[in-house]
Amino acid sequence: MLLKQLETDRGGAELLFGSVKEHHVTLPNQSEPWDMKQLLVWIRGNMLKERPELFVQGDTVRPGILVLINDADWELMGELEYELQDKDNVVFISTLHGG
Amino acid sequence: MCQVDEEYNGQLEHRVTPRVSKKCVKCKENTAVLIIRAGDAFCRGCFKEYFIHKFRAMLGKNRVIFPGEKVLLAVSGGPASSSMLSQVQEGLSRDAPKKLRFVPGIIYIDEGGASGQSMEERERAVAQLESVFRATNYHYHIVHLEQVLSLPSSVLDAGSSATEKPQTGSSYKAAVDQFIQTKKNQHPDLSVENAQSHLSSLSMHEVENGVTSPITPEHTQALQKLFASVRTLTAKEDLLHTLRQHLILHTARTQGYTKVMMGDSCSRLAIKLLSNISLGRGASLATDTGFSDPRYGDVVIVRPMRDYSSKEIAYYNRMFDIPSVFIPGLDTKAQDKASIQHLTESFVTKLQTDFPSTVSTIYRTSEKLHTACPPQNTNTQPFAKCLLCVCALDTKLEEFSAYQATLISEQLSQRRGPASSASQGQCCSSGGGQHQGCMTGEGGCCSSAKSTVDLKSLLCYSCRLTIKDMVNALPQYILSEAERRKRRSQMREEISEFLLDEEEDEAIPRVNGSL
Repeated sequence: MLLKQLETDRGGAELLFGSVKEHHVTLPNQSEPWDMKQLLVWIRGNMLKERPELFVQGDTVRPGILVLINDADWELMGELEYELQDKDNVVFISTLHGG
Repeated sequence: MCQVDEEYNGQLEHRVTPRVSKKCVKCKENTAVLIIRAGDAFCRGCFKEYFIHKFRAMLGKNRVIFPGEKVLLAVSGGPASSSMLSQVQEGLSRDAPKKLRFVPGIIYIDEGGASGQSMEERERAVAQLESVFRATNYHYHIVHLEQVLSLPSSVLDAGSSATEKPQTGSSYKAAVDQFIQTKKNQHPDLSVENAQSHLSSLSMHEVENGVTSPITPEHTQALQKLFASVRTLTAKEDLLHTLRQHLILHTARTQGYTKVMMGDSCSRLAIKLLSNISLGRGASLATDTGFSDPRYGDVVIVRPMRDYSSKEIAYYNRMFDIPSVFIPGLDTKAQDKASIQHLTESFVTKLQTDFPSTVSTIYRTSEKLHTACPPQNTNTQPFAKCLLCVCALDTKLEEFSAYQATLISEQLSQRRGPASSASQGQCCSSGGGQHQGCMTGEGGCCSSAKSTVDLKSLLCYSCRLTIKDMVNALPQYILSEAERRKRRSQMREEISEFLLDEEEDEAIPRVNGSL
C-alpha cells in the first residue's frame, strides 16, 4: 500500500484535475513495485477529469510538463523507470501557455 | 524524409538519461536536483546562484537601465513574470552586493473580459495578485483591458527618444549623466529615495481613487464585441497582444515610466520568433524578440528574462516558493491547431524533448538579429510606422518585391466579380455579397468599405491580416488616429511643392527674414 502525494501545481495543470492542486493518493497493492509508467496509466484512468491528451501522450507525459519526484528532476531518477517508494511526493508542473 | 508520422525509434541516438553523474557539476559535492540544458546537473544552492547571477548579468551586459530610472514591470501573474518580480526584489534589496538601482512599479492587465471569464473569477485573481504586489511594497497599477476602449489616440504616436542608444561603455556613462541632468532639471529637490516614498504614499490613494476605474458590464460587452468580430484565434491573440502593449505604453507614459520590463522567457521568445515569421512579422523580428525594443521612442521595452528556459523558471519558482497565479487565457485547453501561436508552441515543445538544444539554437539565432537604428528624420517618422504595432512599415517596397506579387494576385482574384475600382459601390447594390462590412446597413457600407482600404495603407502586412474583417469594431482611438494620419498625408501632398529639401537648408533663414 503506497501512499503518495500528488501535486499538480501552477501553470494550469490543475484545470485537468478539477482545479484541485494537491491529491493524497493510495495506490493499490501489487506484486512488483509501482513505477512511473504505471502511475501515469493509473492517473489517466482514475484522476484525470477531462482531456487526457493534454496531460499524457503515449507512454509519457506531454512535452512541456515537468515532473518532480521529491523535489528533484525525474530525469535524474530515471524518468519512467523510477520505482515509487512509500510516501513519495510527485509534482507535475505545466510550462505551456494554455492548459 | 519529411513525412508526418516519422518513426525514428532506433536509428537516431535518443537523449541519454544521465544516471551516473548525480553530483552537482559545479560544486561537485552536493547531490544534484535538477538538469538544465543538455545534461548539466545542479544542486539547489548552485542553481540559485546561477539563476540570480544570470539576471544581473543580463542587465549588466546590455546597459540600458539608468540608476534612479522609473521602470515598469509588466506582470501577468504567470511563472516567468512572477520570477522576474522576485529577481527585481532580490536585486534591489539592501544586502545584495552591487545592488541594482532603479525605481520599480508594477502593472497587471486583467484580460478576463477578452477570454470570457466571469467577474468573480477575475476579482479573485486580482485579489490574489494584489496581495502578492502589496508584499513587495512597490507602487502597482491594476488595469482592466476594457480601459483600452477609452485610450487617447496620442498613445499611437511614437514619442521621440530621450537619449541616444549607448553603444560603448563610455557613452553609457555619458547617457547616465545626461539622464541625471534632465531629472535634476525637472525635479530639483526629489532624490531617488524621496521619490520612492512619495510614490508609495500615493499608491494606496490612487488605487482607491480609481487608477483602476470600475468596469461596467457595458464596457465588457463592447470589448467582447470587438473580439467576436475577429474570426480566427490567431488574429484574436495578435489583437490582444497589440491592445495589451498599448495599455502598458499608455500607463508608462502617464505615470512617468521610461522603461518597461517584460517577462518573456527564452522558450517563449523562441516560439514567438517562429510564429511571428508565420504571421508575416518577419521585418520586425529583431525588435519583437530582442533584448530592448525601442520602437515606441520614449518608452523602451526590455526583456531581462530572455535567457531563462521555462524549465529553469518553473523549478526556481517551485524550489523557492515564488508566488504565481495561473490565469486562463484565450488559448487554454484549445486544440493543437487552433491558432498559429498555439501550433508553434506545441511544435517547439515537442521538438525540445527529443532535441534539447532546439530552443537555445533558435534563441542564439535571434540574438544575431540586430535592430537597425531608424534614421533620425522627423519629417517622415510619423508616417513610416504601422498604426497598430508601431513597427516600421514594411510595405512600401520596390516594384518587383514578393509583396507586390501578393497584391497583384489579390486584385486579380477580386476582379472576377465586379470591377475593382467600383467594387465598393457595387457591394451595396448587389445586396452585400461577400463583403462583411455590408451587414452594417446600406448607408454605412460604402464608408466602411472605403475605410478598410484607407486603413490598409497605414498598417504593416501582418496587422492588415489581423483586422481584415473588423474595421468598424476597432476602438475609437485607433480610428481617430488613422483619420488624423490620412489628413496629414493629404495635406502633405498638397503642399509638397512648397516644402524645401534638406539640401536647401541654408535658404531657410533667408526665407524667414523676408517674411
